[in-house]
Amino acid sequence: MIYFDNSATTKPYKEVLESFITVSSNYFGNPSSLHGIGGQAERLLTQAREQVASLLKVKPSEVYFTSGGTESNNMAIKGAALLNRKKGNHIITSSIEHASVLAVMEQLAGEGFDITYLPVDQDGRVSVDDVEKAIRKETILVSIMQVNNEVGTIQPISEIGDMLKRYSSILFHVDSVQAVGKVPLSLYANKVDFCSFSAHKFHGLKGTGVLYVREGVRLLPLLSGGNQERKMRSGTENVAGFVAMAKALRMTLEKSKQGITDMRKIQTSLRKGLADIEGVRIHTPLEGTAPHIVNFSIEGIKSEVFIHALEQEEVFVSTTSACSSKKKSPSKTLLSMGVPDKLADSSIRISLTFDNTEAEASAVITAIKKYANQLRKVMK
Amino acid sequence: MKYDRILIRYGEISTKGRNRHKFVEKLRKSVKIALASYPKAKIEASRDRMYVLLNGENGIEIIEKLKHVFGIQSFSPAIKVERNVETLKSSALDFVRSHYQEGQTFKVTPKRSDKTFELNTDGINRTIGGHLLQNIPGLRVDVKNPDINLRIEVRGEAIYLSCENIPGAGGMPIGSNGKAMLMLSGGIDSPVAGYMAMKRGLEIEAIHFFSPPYTSERSKEKVVDLTKKLAEIYGSRIKLHIVPFTSIQQAVGEQIPENYSMTSTRRMMLRIADEIRIKQEALAIITGESLGQVASQTLESMFTINEVTNTPILRPLIMMDKTDIIKIAHEIDTLEISNRPFEDCCTIFVPASPKTKPRREKVQHYESFFDFTPLIEKAVQEVETLVITPEEQTSEFNSLF
Repeated sequence: MIYFDNSATTKPYKEVLESFITVSSNYFGNPSSLHGIGGQAERLLTQAREQVASLLKVKPSEVYFTSGGTESNNMAIKGAALLNRKKGNHIITSSIEHASVLAVMEQLAGEGFDITYLPVDQDGRVSVDDVEKAIRKETILVSIMQVNNEVGTIQPISEIGDMLKRYSSILFHVDSVQAVGKVPLSLYANKVDFCSFSAHKFHGLKGTGVLYVREGVRLLPLLSGGNQERKMRSGTENVAGFVAMAKALRMTLEKSKQGITDMRKIQTSLRKGLADIEGVRIHTPLEGTAPHIVNFSIEGIKSEVFIHALEQEEVFVSTTSACSSKKKSPSKTLLSMGVPDKLADSSIRISLTFDNTEAEASAVITAIKKYANQLRKVMK
Repeated sequence: MKYDRILIRYGEISTKGRNRHKFVEKLRKSVKIALASYPKAKIEASRDRMYVLLNGENGIEIIEKLKHVFGIQSFSPAIKVERNVETLKSSALDFVRSHYQEGQTFKVTPKRSDKTFELNTDGINRTIGGHLLQNIPGLRVDVKNPDINLRIEVRGEAIYLSCENIPGAGGMPIGSNGKAMLMLSGGIDSPVAGYMAMKRGLEIEAIHFFSPPYTSERSKEKVVDLTKKLAEIYGSRIKLHIVPFTSIQQAVGEQIPENYSMTSTRRMMLRIADEIRIKQEALAIITGESLGQVASQTLESMFTINEVTNTPILRPLIMMDKTDIIKIAHEIDTLEISNRPFEDCCTIFVPASPKTKPRREKVQHYESFFDFTPLIEKAVQEVETLVITPEEQTSEFNSLF
């Protein structure tokens, strides 16, 4: 089995699952309970928060545990927009954000907010100038992803952050769900006010994530109740999940030191292999991309057909982002990059993790070659 | 723009005549502790300036660390530029651009310690000032009150540019004024008192009174966490002395009339704290008392409680309002810990109507029927001393992480 769909989700590390099971069975207390069992759970939660904070190089009080990327994005964007609506109603984002950003924007538009969706160039990249030109005096928030989930393009976050330093009243949200462990980002240096993370993209468990909120920045909470997470996110904490996430983040960042170089080599081999196959068009740009994603189309073959063909060889890849692949509409990112509809309909995304090997990459290339030739005969 | 060094200006230590060397050394030690996780950064200290050479370490993170080091008045990130007018012009332009916000004013402050450079200070002023004005539309000069003060320092080996003046934490380097014992309850005030004492150059050790089962393990944890916060501010380890206090509290409860029990309890605490102070060779006791805040902090109460020792009792918060104390607690990140809802030794034994004007002779009389000394000696002997480090505590849970 070759699993090359790590941008959709990753397999939890064995050690991460062990932590989850140990905490769930031995330290099941509610962190808010007064007794010792509650105390243990609270200490675990505190230690998880401290570890995540130190790995992200921020303060523990800036780490809010959530249920994942979607919640973190919702919490940051809605929370900031609703709290600041008296200051202004204009929000800037890009046209290639994840659904959990774009759908939030649509919802806010329905509530009277004015949203600017910036275009991207043919590499799928937002321009800093465009961001600055879109700024008006009503602008309260800029939300840009760090790495695009479909093609892997890295967005100019530090340049945008630098530019935004001159507009101190505008908040800056970055969706780092696809980037963590693969593309480093200094949250303090780049004036990031909110940053979203999701544990299952780095071998943690689904249903756990983080929103970084810079010290002193306020949000309107989405979930009210027992005032957990310093009143920002009520609900009994998923202690076992967050401990597991802290471990997964540590392991991922440790692996990434050597892993990024190796991953880049595999990515290069994949690109070379794909370039040799007739009718293949690679959408992931050569420069300024994350090391784990290669997006391409095979002319004339619908992606869904190709995914299932590869599955016969036990090779697992995806069409576009997992969250929108069931919608059967061509990738928004590719269309924004100027890829024609028909070609976008054939797009395939390969996404790697640190445990993938060169051998797997060459096996996948062989499989792609085989089915590309076979299917093209049939479909013509 | 990438800084390559940070220039540090000293605070009050600049005025310390012959002791200056000792103060600079304490500050160097504090900076070194603060930057321990940046091994490539080098510290160069002289009589009136200190430089942190970044050597590729992350300047922004280091700036964050320096903001919390006591004894620093202000500091400025600086860049090193080649000694060449054209390079100076373009670097100065990039540098100012990265700080400039629309409508801001500037001035150039040149300093030429090396007179062989082709431009004199006036020349630098005009050349660079003119270049900036030509290339940044909207930029204006204001020599009296500029938003951006571009300092250009020409030296033998290179030119240094800086324009930000970041305020430091002020105060004096920790330890430069000796050592004192901090009475740490778990409330909002005492950690703030500890912080202010450290800021004024004191090294501290904390004392906490623990009365199980009246107070829980979690209230002790709270104090450990507060000490850890103070240790983080210090950048080094702090001792925490946990005093087993149950039997004394029970004895007070039995022997002393209810309305005087609080006053007497405080006297016992102070006696114990003083004994520990002698053992630890400290010269003062610090409390978080604020005049009139609660019954034990009225002038009469202090007069009566303080009778048991003539050791200096330092009360950094004595004239402060609660709201200002809370503000500091928030800034130093202890407020949230202090607000955890566990009973501590100060809250659980509070009588319904404690005396706000207790009298010395009354409390002496009540205490005369029972010899508290053996209990106090026993408590001092059985003190549990924890060493709290700012680093990750070794926790029973580490294998889970």
